[in-house]
Amino acid sequence: MRLTGFYALALVAGLLPVLFPGNYFITVVGIAAGLNVILAVGLNLLIGYAGQISLGHAAFFGMGAYASAILTTRYAFPPLLALSAGLISAGLMAWGLARPILRLHGHYLAMATLGFGIIIHVIMVQATGWTGGPDGLTGIPLLVLFGWAVDSDQRWYFVIMATMLLAVWLALNLVDSRIGRALRAVRGSEFGARMMGIDTARAKTQVFVVSALFAAFAGSLFAHQQGFVSPDSFNLSISIDLVIMVVLGGMASTFGAAFGAIALTLLHEGLVVFEDYEMLIHGALLMAVMIFLPQGLFVGLSQGARRGWTLVCRRQ
Amino acid sequence: MNKQPWKIIVAAILLSTGLNSAQAADPIKIGSFLTVTGPASFLGDPELKTLQLYVESINAGGGINGRPVELIHYDTGGKAQDAVGFVKRLIKNDNVDLIVGGTTSGDTLAAIPEVEKEGIPLVSLAGAVDIVEPVKKWVFKVAHSDRMAAAKIFEDLRKRKLTKVALITGDGGFDKSGREQLLKLAPEYGITIVADESYGNKDTDITAQLTKIRATDAQAIINFGFGQTPAIVTKNIKQLGIKLPVYQSHGVASKTFIDLAGDAAEGVRLPAAALVVAEQLPDSDPQKPVLLAYKKQYEAKYGPVSTFGGHAYDGLFIAVEAVKRAGGTDKAKVRDQIEKTKGFIGASGVFNMTPEDHMGLNLDAFKMVEIHNGGWKIVE
Repeated sequence: MRLTGFYALALVAGLLPVLFPGNYFITVVGIAAGLNVILAVGLNLLIGYAGQISLGHAAFFGMGAYASAILTTRYAFPPLLALSAGLISAGLMAWGLARPILRLHGHYLAMATLGFGIIIHVIMVQATGWTGGPDGLTGIPLLVLFGWAVDSDQRWYFVIMATMLLAVWLALNLVDSRIGRALRAVRGSEFGARMMGIDTARAKTQVFVVSALFAAFAGSLFAHQQGFVSPDSFNLSISIDLVIMVVLGGMASTFGAAFGAIALTLLHEGLVVFEDYEMLIHGALLMAVMIFLPQGLFVGLSQGARRGWTLVCRRQ
Repeated sequence: MNKQPWKIIVAAILLSTGLNSAQAADPIKIGSFLTVTGPASFLGDPELKTLQLYVESINAGGGINGRPVELIHYDTGGKAQDAVGFVKRLIKNDNVDLIVGGTTSGDTLAAIPEVEKEGIPLVSLAGAVDIVEPVKKWVFKVAHSDRMAAAKIFEDLRKRKLTKVALITGDGGFDKSGREQLLKLAPEYGITIVADESYGNKDTDITAQLTKIRATDAQAIINFGFGQTPAIVTKNIKQLGIKLPVYQSHGVASKTFIDLAGDAAEGVRLPAAALVVAEQLPDSDPQKPVLLAYKKQYEAKYGPVSTFGGHAYDGLFIAVEAVKRAGGTDKAKVRDQIEKTKGFIGASGVFNMTPEDHMGLNLDAFKMVEIHNGGWKIVE
């Protein structure tokens, strides 16, 4: 029962390319949505469950991407080794940052993570010798998994969907574990949690590292999938987009975050045709969701559906 | 009864799509991704207008080989990641036959892996040499490169017997790539760089860096950048009373720069496309009629031309001519024909592409101009 939603998601992810083979909106947009789901689900652990804000999450995404890009192009690392190096560096960075940063609360935490994101972005732009500067790095080799080259959109779709499902499954399990309960206690009241015998500093550090690892993993995949990285993909507006995904979908719900990520990706893709009015419609929609569905799209819509269903039943 | 309207709508849609495909001759689909909004919009906006203008006039004249041209455009806003997404969309969703675009080097470089993988001709409107060096099978460019600009400036310095120069560049992609080329080429022209200062492209005062330059024995100042900051640099130079010759890049070859820098712009030299000085060209110049015609057609609809719109003109017509010669839109054939472009007289110069040179412009494509009484003057 606990994993019903997960199986449903897996079924949809698996069926879509069969029902609409070669459709741009499934294979290409689906890949982008899948990556965003991994990022949002990871960030949701931090924001939704532990109640800690991060406005610099794109930095970890970027660290994963640049680790893969730099190590494979400049040092001819095999992709999986580069990916591991990205995970390790992002994890260590998050671990080192967690203690000083997560002692802050509210606005101060927001400022600190914001600053961290900007610093990483500046390094990407300025350290031209390593990162290729504002023009970025090209020529990132294909991802090869045990002799199987991921060289088409279809293959990428399956790799990203599998990773996405893994991320969702991990998050669901984490949330239902001892750590997950500790995190919710921290969000409720950090002081209270400490009184219950929870090592809050440790719990917060753990979740910060886990969510950085999710982001770095997505970053590595992103670098190989695009074949190109540049600082633009990891700037402040991306960090904010990630927070929007979490909030839009509904905080403290893994499916909510996933739903928010998919919704925002599709929204962006769908609004492109409106050209000049894109940002206007985008902003208006976000405002409308926050005003009318303050618990987020996922929770709001599923409650609405339930209410509608009972109404229908009663009428009959 | 309830479901009836749906059936009618579905039937209508099926019918109309069926009719459509039966009716019109298959259009030639040209895809484009430009930076029409955002900080580089002054580049992308005239480019898009030029494309729209000429696609319209090509269709009014009966299309290419009897087929109409359809332009499908997305605005990247200067975000490289979006550029990749749009290129994928153009190729996989819109099924375009070729792509003209990439306003900025960042956008183009981001799109190249996808273009190479899918095998579709791309004519970029951006500047960086990296786009065509090393040569990529499917990628061409029509805008002057930053290396040409650097070489042109150094050539002029050599003529004036100036050997010590100070560089001042911004932190954008265009600036950095230009700085790299200047540093790389300087020894070839026997020029020593005595100062290498930088500023942020959002800075509003550059006097600190210029004061440092004043303390060196530089004989000229080169400022490589685009947007508003080069105008601020030019003003600051005048305010500090520095009397050295000032060189700007082709990135500021627009009337806006002269307006922004005001009096301080007098005497500033820069390499620019012939378009800005079209009327002053000798009648023997083969480019003159092309430039004047473009200017007339563009200005009749949109107001003053910019050299960046000229790149779009070149990109579009090099592609169109290639489609004509290829006799269709077979991607490999069109690619081969673009590579065989010879003696094409465009807005940016005369193009002669080869398998080794996917740009095909030489240094003559740039004119060294000086700002004189608020206008441009050729100084060669």
